[in-house]
Parts: sequence; structure tokens; C-alpha cells
Amino acid sequence: MSRVRVLVGTRKGAFILTSDGKRSRWSVEGPFFGGWEIYHLKGSPADPSRLYASQSTGWFGQLIQRSNDGGRTWEPVGNTFTYDGVAGTHQWYDGTAHPWEFKRVWHLEPSLRDPDVVYAGVEDAAMFRSADGGRTWSELSGLRRHGSGPRWQPGAGGMCLHTILLDPVDEARMFIAISAAGAFRTDDGGATWRPINKGLRSQHIPDPTAEVGHCVHRLAMHPSRPKVLFMQKHWDIMRSDDAGDSWREVSGNLPSDFGFPIEVHAHEPETVYVVPIKSDSEHFPPDGRLRVYRSRTGGGEWEALTRGLPQKDCYVNILRDAMAVDTLDDCGVYFGTTGGQVYASADSGDTWAPIVRDLPAVLSVEVQTLP
Amino acid sequence: MIRVVLPTHLRNLAGVGALPAVELDCAATRRSIIDAIEGAYPMLRGTIRDPATGRRRPFVRFFACGQDLSHEPDDQPLPEPVAQGREPFLIIGAIAGG
Repeated sequence: MSRVRVLVGTRKGAFILTSDGKRSRWSVEGPFFGGWEIYHLKGSPADPSRLYASQSTGWFGQLIQRSNDGGRTWEPVGNTFTYDGVAGTHQWYDGTAHPWEFKRVWHLEPSLRDPDVVYAGVEDAAMFRSADGGRTWSELSGLRRHGSGPRWQPGAGGMCLHTILLDPVDEARMFIAISAAGAFRTDDGGATWRPINKGLRSQHIPDPTAEVGHCVHRLAMHPSRPKVLFMQKHWDIMRSDDAGDSWREVSGNLPSDFGFPIEVHAHEPETVYVVPIKSDSEHFPPDGRLRVYRSRTGGGEWEALTRGLPQKDCYVNILRDAMAVDTLDDCGVYFGTTGGQVYASADSGDTWAPIVRDLPAVLSVEVQTLP
Repeated sequence: MIRVVLPTHLRNLAGVGALPAVELDCAATRRSIIDAIEGAYPMLRGTIRDPATGRRRPFVRFFACGQDLSHEPDDQPLPEPVAQGREPFLIIGAIAGG
């Protein structure tokens, strides 16, 4: 019978939640790396026992941890992230030029094919690649050296590269997103990149339709249709049907189109999930009601999913990397909150129940479906 | 031998959580001590000083013999009791929120 392993990164350590395919009884292990911020941990699709974790604190900087046994034991690997050549400058909050400085790894994306190949999205925004299981890292500097780099600027959470999507068909194609620069695509394995932000409209920047400068919060893709992308922008849910060459808004009837995560159902490429948040100055659900919204039409028409979720006095946030799906026949959907709850649905979002309620603030949730 | 007291997180990371201090055979300067720590415990590379700049991390402090040595030059000789192993060199995670 299949099993599910949920990898949870929090402000004070990592937790691993496991269940059988029924997803009704869970065991909780952790904290791993207690006291450290775990921005993200993720398993290799090519070898589910191989996990990578981003471990950091403001005191002692960045570490990368690797497990070869599904998270039972870990070893620190390489933590040297050196920008290639002259780091250059980007815009600071006040519009002045600010030197690129490495702060932390926000996201780790293992290769679909090789467990020793893994990509890292970092702050200040850049993408790194390791081909030796995380021991050494090299920057894919064509991204940072894109001519628009000096115009990128940090969002409220820092200038982070937070999303990496690997095209399952075309190995040379990758998509990334940066707050606040926008989305970019490479078609040559990361050597060169171009912005893919046509159609985005951001009222809070001087030129609302600029080539770069958009605060993209998250991208999502169904592996069967890698040219169809969904985006949760600072405001607006967007959709592209041409690999990001153009976007259109599909916010439809959502109560708010501000939010952070966006996910696609494992078996229904037109079924998309978001969690509306009231506004960029009030990072909590509208009316104190925690509602996941599901569209079965690829956006535009959305239904509220509320069964099992708190419908009063709920003021948590759900961060951009804190939602994931499993690939069991009845797709499981998972998300973690800044209040320390991890909710799971074993029926595509119709009903929800907490796996745990009292973890530290959840930064990321990933799911592995195991044989 | 120079005795170095590491903060809890770094002791755990290095796998020496039960030891009150690690002993290192090195010269009595900050730079030599950190070089020796990173040599003996490679997992601590970059945790005490920034690997890119070589500078002490802002929330890491160095103390010995009742003195704050955090702002002294990397190659300045440390107090004699540290060099003789009678007093430990303390690496401290500065008190900060969270």
C-alpha cells in the first residue's frame, strides 16, 4: 500500500509526518535541526530516500543538509554560495543601488532524473546548481546577469528566488520566480534567461506593465502540461497557456486575489488551489475564515472549501512554499500555517483535518508519495 | 592546547554536544582558532564567519578572560591564559530575539 511522507519546514526546525495511503492516522517525527529556520526541504523524484534541507539562522548563516535514508539521518553538505564574478547591484527599497549579498536559500529543487543534481533559489536572488549532491554549488549567473538585474528590488520578505519549476518534458527548460522581479524562463539549461511577465499588471509599481518589477509570489504547473502555468501574484491569479509568453488574469470570483501559494491537482490539470488572504497589509484570511479555494476550470470560477477548516477567529497566513499535493488516486492536498497547523485533505480538498496543530510557524510543506 | 567553548547549536552541529569545550592545537589568535575549528569540524565552515568575506558573523561574539574580543583584529594575539589553556575562548551566539 502506498505511503505519504510530508516534509515540513518551520521557523524552529523540520518535521516529517508520515501516514499510509488512507491518510487518517499520522506519525510525527522531529524537530530535526531544532531551533534553526528550515525554509524548505524536498525529496528527489529520482530517489525518494534522498532529501535536501535548507537550514539557517540569523546567527550562524546557511547550511544545507542531506539525507540518504528518507530523513532518519542527515549530514551537512556544502554551504558556500558565491556569486559568479562581480556581484553587481540591484535596487534597494529606497531606489538606490545595493550590492548583491547572499543571505539564505529559500527553495531547493532536486532534478527530476538525477538525485545528485539539485537547484537552489537564494536571497539575494540568484539560482545555484549542484551536481554532486549538494557538496559544491555553482551559480547559473546568466539569470542574475540578465540586463534587468539592476532594476530588481526586494519584496517585503527580501529579494528572494523562491520558485523553481523543472519542465518534465524539455530538460533544458526551467521556470523561476523572484520577488520582486517577476518570472523568468530558460530554454538552454540555465545559461540564458528571459523575463516572462507579459500580461502582468501591478498597480503598485511605477510602470504597471513593466518587463520586470512584479512581485510574483508563486508559480505552479501540472507535469502533463508544462506549457500551462498558474501564478499567484502579489495581487491577481494569472494563467499562461504558452509557457509564460503571455498571461491572463483568472482571479474570477475570489473574495481576495492576494495570497501566496498556488497548487495544481495531481490528476486534474485544470483543478487549481489557492488560499486567499485579505490584503498585503493584513496577512490573514478574509473575515477570519480559513478557506482554500478550488477552481475546476483552470481559474475564473472558484469554490470555497471550508469543511474541517476554522470558520471563525482564524488569523493565520499560509506562506508561498507551504502547500503541496500527493499523487495518490484520490489526490491529497496539504498546507501549513504560520500558526503551526498542518492541514490535510485526502479527497482533493472536499474535507480537511489537521495533522498537527502546534508546530512552530510553518515555512514550507512538501509531499512525497511512496510505494 | 586551546580550549574553545562553542554555542549549543554549533556543538550539536559538530556532534560534540556533550563536551564543555573542544581542544585545539593552534596559535592563540582568532583567525587560527577559527581555522582550526573549521579544519576539525568541516560542518562548521561558514557558521562563525561569513565564507565570502571572512568577517565574523554579526550575531557571533568572542569573549575570553572577562573581555569582549569581538572587535579585535583577527590576528591579534589572545590573552596569555587563553594561549596556555587555562582560560577558554568563548564563542557566543549574541542574545537576540526569536
